[in-house]
Amino acid sequence: TFVFRMFNIVLVDGVRTPFLLSGTSYSDLMPHDLGRGALQGLLNRTGVPKEIVDHIIYGIVIQEVKTSNVAREAALGAGFSDKTPAHTVTMACISSNQAMTSAVGLIAAGQCDVVVAGGVEFMSDVPIRHSRKMRKTMLSLNKAKTLGQRLSLLGSIRMGHLMPELPAVAEFSTAESMGHSADRLAAAFGVTRVEQDEYALRSHRLAKKAQDEGLLSDIISFQVPGKNIISADNGIRPTSMEQMGKLKPAFVKPHGTVTAANSSFLTDGASAVLIMSEEKALALGYKPKAYLRDFVYVSQDPKDQLLLGPTYATPKVLEKSGLTMEDIDVFEFHEAFAGQIVANLKAMDSDWFAQNCMGRKSKVGVPPMEKFNTWGGSLSLGHPFAATGCRLVTTVAHRLQKEGGQYGVVAACAAGGQVFLPKYTYAQLARADTEYSRGATVQVFLVHSFGLFSVHVLCMKMTMCKSVQKHF
Amino acid sequence: MAAVGSLLGVLSRSATRRYTLRSGLSPRTFAVASSMLARTHVSYEIKDDVAIIRINDPNSKVNTLSVQLQQEMTEVMNEVLGNEAVKSAVLISSKPGCFIAGADINMIQACGTAEKVSSLSSEGQKMFERVEKSPIPIVAAINGSCLGGGLEFAIACRYRIATKNKKTVLGTPEVMLGLLPGAGGTQRLPKMVGLPSAFDMMLTGRNIRADKAKKMGLVDQLVDTLGPGLKGPEERTIEYLEEVAVGVARGLADKKVPMTKTKSTMEKIQEYVMGFEFVRNQVYKTVNNKVMKQTKGLYPAPMKIIECVKAGIEQGPDAGYLAESQNFGKLAMTSESRALIGLYHGQVACKKNRFGVPDREVKTLAILGAGLMGAGIAQVTVDKGVNTILKDTTVEGLSRGQQQVYKGLNDRVKKRSLTSFERDSILSKLTGQLDYGGFEKADMVVEAVFEDLNIKHAVLKEVEAVIPPHCIFATNTSALPIKDIAAASKRPDKVIGMHYFSPVDKMQLLEIITTDKTSRDTTASAVAVGLKQGKVIIVVGDGPGFYTTRCLAPMLAEAVRVLQEGVDPKKLDTLTTGFGFPVGAATLADEVGIDVAAHVAEDLGKAFGSRFGGGNVELLKTMVEKGFKGRKSGKGCYIYQPGLKRKDINPEIEEILERFKMTPHPTVSSDSDVQYRLVTRFVNEAVLCLQEGILNNPVEGDIGAVFGLGFPPCLGGPFRYVDSFGADKIVEKMRRFEDVYGNQFTPCQLLLDHAKDPSKRFHK
Repeated sequence: TFVFRMFNIVLVDGVRTPFLLSGTSYSDLMPHDLGRGALQGLLNRTGVPKEIVDHIIYGIVIQEVKTSNVAREAALGAGFSDKTPAHTVTMACISSNQAMTSAVGLIAAGQCDVVVAGGVEFMSDVPIRHSRKMRKTMLSLNKAKTLGQRLSLLGSIRMGHLMPELPAVAEFSTAESMGHSADRLAAAFGVTRVEQDEYALRSHRLAKKAQDEGLLSDIISFQVPGKNIISADNGIRPTSMEQMGKLKPAFVKPHGTVTAANSSFLTDGASAVLIMSEEKALALGYKPKAYLRDFVYVSQDPKDQLLLGPTYATPKVLEKSGLTMEDIDVFEFHEAFAGQIVANLKAMDSDWFAQNCMGRKSKVGVPPMEKFNTWGGSLSLGHPFAATGCRLVTTVAHRLQKEGGQYGVVAACAAGGQVFLPKYTYAQLARADTEYSRGATVQVFLVHSFGLFSVHVLCMKMTMCKSVQKHF
Repeated sequence: MAAVGSLLGVLSRSATRRYTLRSGLSPRTFAVASSMLARTHVSYEIKDDVAIIRINDPNSKVNTLSVQLQQEMTEVMNEVLGNEAVKSAVLISSKPGCFIAGADINMIQACGTAEKVSSLSSEGQKMFERVEKSPIPIVAAINGSCLGGGLEFAIACRYRIATKNKKTVLGTPEVMLGLLPGAGGTQRLPKMVGLPSAFDMMLTGRNIRADKAKKMGLVDQLVDTLGPGLKGPEERTIEYLEEVAVGVARGLADKKVPMTKTKSTMEKIQEYVMGFEFVRNQVYKTVNNKVMKQTKGLYPAPMKIIECVKAGIEQGPDAGYLAESQNFGKLAMTSESRALIGLYHGQVACKKNRFGVPDREVKTLAILGAGLMGAGIAQVTVDKGVNTILKDTTVEGLSRGQQQVYKGLNDRVKKRSLTSFERDSILSKLTGQLDYGGFEKADMVVEAVFEDLNIKHAVLKEVEAVIPPHCIFATNTSALPIKDIAAASKRPDKVIGMHYFSPVDKMQLLEIITTDKTSRDTTASAVAVGLKQGKVIIVVGDGPGFYTTRCLAPMLAEAVRVLQEGVDPKKLDTLTTGFGFPVGAATLADEVGIDVAAHVAEDLGKAFGSRFGGGNVELLKTMVEKGFKGRKSGKGCYIYQPGLKRKDINPEIEEILERFKMTPHPTVSSDSDVQYRLVTRFVNEAVLCLQEGILNNPVEGDIGAVFGLGFPPCLGGPFRYVDSFGADKIVEKMRRFEDVYGNQFTPCQLLLDHAKDPSKRFHK
């Protein structure tokens, strides 16, 4: 049994900083500061000895050029051992999902026993560059040897050189902004403005309820250097349908349906999880929160199906592990836009879509809403791109514990909150079960973590560790 | 092998998708009874207080403003406007990819007299006037082509919403058919988009994409195209367009959507400036001069368009509408319009594969030789999603060729008809290489190597050793007989000629040459590939120079003689362009390459003997020896300097001309005689090609001459020219030239037959 146990991989615990609207209390920090906060919080909460951490993997989307390997800077700052290697991954909105599955891969390959994964996004400050023309001139200036050459280069600078270059507002491949794509997606599925506003309102109400009931226990307080302590998300704002109805469309004008109120907002935040091989966790005396069982990445056409990843990935991971929609107790789907979530739900409920776009005989089936994002989601809690994945996985584990379920599924499309992301369609899925389903799962991990780096939607299977807890 | 003329280019590029023929029954046959029958073309539905009027011609892929459609539209309008519950209306097409593609050409052609066409026009004007003055707001919801009468309909509506679909284009292409926008277009367009833009649209006939149309003020709102949802993308996009349009219509009726557009400062300035009569006169004058310069007065339609616009603005709408309908009638009766419409029909015919569906589709195409031709062929192939192998023998050659393909695509990125991502994705299907790797997967090989029989034989043998048995070998040559090339083949049934014209991405014509051994399936496959590449195709028999080169050679020989007789290259160009050729004969020789011209002249001279004589081939050879190979070498008849548009006569050529000087014969050397000497030799050779069976039919002969060689489009091609000018008159002129120059001007038998019997015509 030892051999099999070696390859069970568990989530020991997960934490996150409070998610704040960008430009609020975190605004003077740098990305690695927030990362540091999450990592330090994880150390404090789990008490894991620093020297046994084999590797640290961190995700980020909009990179600060000064800290391009933000994983290493954050880890050093958080007090991890300088002997622990750290690397940074990026995969749009599922960057920390990529960090987690990379961790799973390292453990499954026998490379590591204890890995910290996470992600950070800091939208209060983004790199704004000089124009390409200006950069070229400045670089040539470096090489200019004589005063004459320098003067002639300086003399070549025109007004046009001074225009700054903002981070890409649009998808590189299609030149379409994420919000615009979401609006088209909503229209394609006939999702009305009211449906979107209602869903967004639900997200805010549920988040508020979870916050009031103290369910968001993955949050660790963050002391902003020189300022106050932050201990709660600040984007949860349940209003009314009337209020939301007053907003004008943000992307497609004048007839669009996606507004600021039914989109996720630009967010600052960081998250981290501790992942171990099961026997290592048990040997250290941990009671792991979940098994990470299986995952799938898929990718679609970046124009018309940019945000439909969850529809494609969910049935795939379920079928792979021999489960059905009914077996799942907890669904956590990333909410990029209310319109995108409702469109996915409609797609999952459509035989036409299943037959014509997915090559299936019949529809995927819709997750029951009472199991779906019941503690709020990215629309209300916020969506720091590369930090969302760990939040989703930790939330599934907590909800399974709280609600007494067995299996959970996480899905995320790699959609940017609003206008900023470099984006492909990614979706992510995680699942948990109580049994020891060992051998087969191990195989799955190996194949996916190493074979499919280039594909883009991720599903992950998690196992609640109730049985583990019973054992001890 | 031939150069493009701008007018020709415009004509050929845009006439394609314009007007569509209605096949089957003439609409007139059941027009009378239609009010009693159920409506088939136009239907409507009332949603709350909005009437949605849907257009769908059940007999065609596109909607045209036929008699039937107009009649039903009138009935529907009566019912909608008569219904008090209706507060606004939406006009939309149920066809994916087409709003209304224009008026029904057959309907215009069937009229017979200018008066009848004029009355058609004024009926159209009245119908759209009713739309314009309708008490309820009407919104045009446009998805797909909105051209000609379709655009005139749309601009008569109160508001226009268009999809960002690539197929959504707006335009007034009537000028390409020698007509004018005859249903109020010349009156409404200037008011809508301003005088300069309106002239630009109506005089060039170019297509305008939705985003541009929005910027111009031609449409008021844009709607995105949608991907698949709970229905197919096209179906859902039309539905979405309708939903948005219904919302706007309701908003207009409730006065929630403002009607007055906010004008940009530029627009305000332009409007202010145009308020002055002398400014407008200046505009008319400039446009007039420009048109005269481009058309040499050979095309009446542009002048009439200017006249109608001017009448409307300077003398008021009544005069404007009257001028429009009357000029429309007059233009429809001109030989120019008939010629252009004939070309349009011919072009449609040459876009079909009369050899049926080939057994297998060409999925991988290999090209030998990455020169101008090879790379051009690669470009038009790879951008249709076909895997393309481009092989050359040197890295330099290959690199130049790949660069050409990249540049061709990147130019489209600059024009925004392609995104950089699409460009990269297209280029990923192009493989450049120096060896024959991958040829085992090729379904067709097109060779574009140097025009030398021995080289072609060597290449053919090399290729046949590596390609699969089903693979077709196409040779791109402008003069070498295909059967001579095929002589080296183990499988001559798979050998075919594909004569492309340079620049391949701009020239629409493809001349396919079959030998008596070429199999039907090989031909079908070559035509299918050509059609995929977007070409207009003529399929001709084998022989020296096939059809196009063979027609051009005697004309060029005559041009050389004209030069030798002391007419300078500029004058020669003026004479040829004055006749309607888009490019002058001397410039054409420079573009083709003096070396190529010399080569062809010598080859065909050998094949056809003294009949192809005239000018002295030695003159061309001397020019080649001196390095005057035309544009590519910087010097030919003219001197070409990079960056300079103006071209001067090459001074050194005068000395050569002096050496080969001949005395002109005063009886046949007037300007007009020189023109006819050039043209009749061309025409006679074309007719001879039909007589000998090189050509399958006169339609292909006309299309080949106009699209490949720049034969004056206003004449409609050599065969239509014989019909309209009169074979007897041509024979008479030729006899006169024959007396002086001999057999080069002997009319062929078929031409003589037509001259004897005026009832014989090439086109019905």
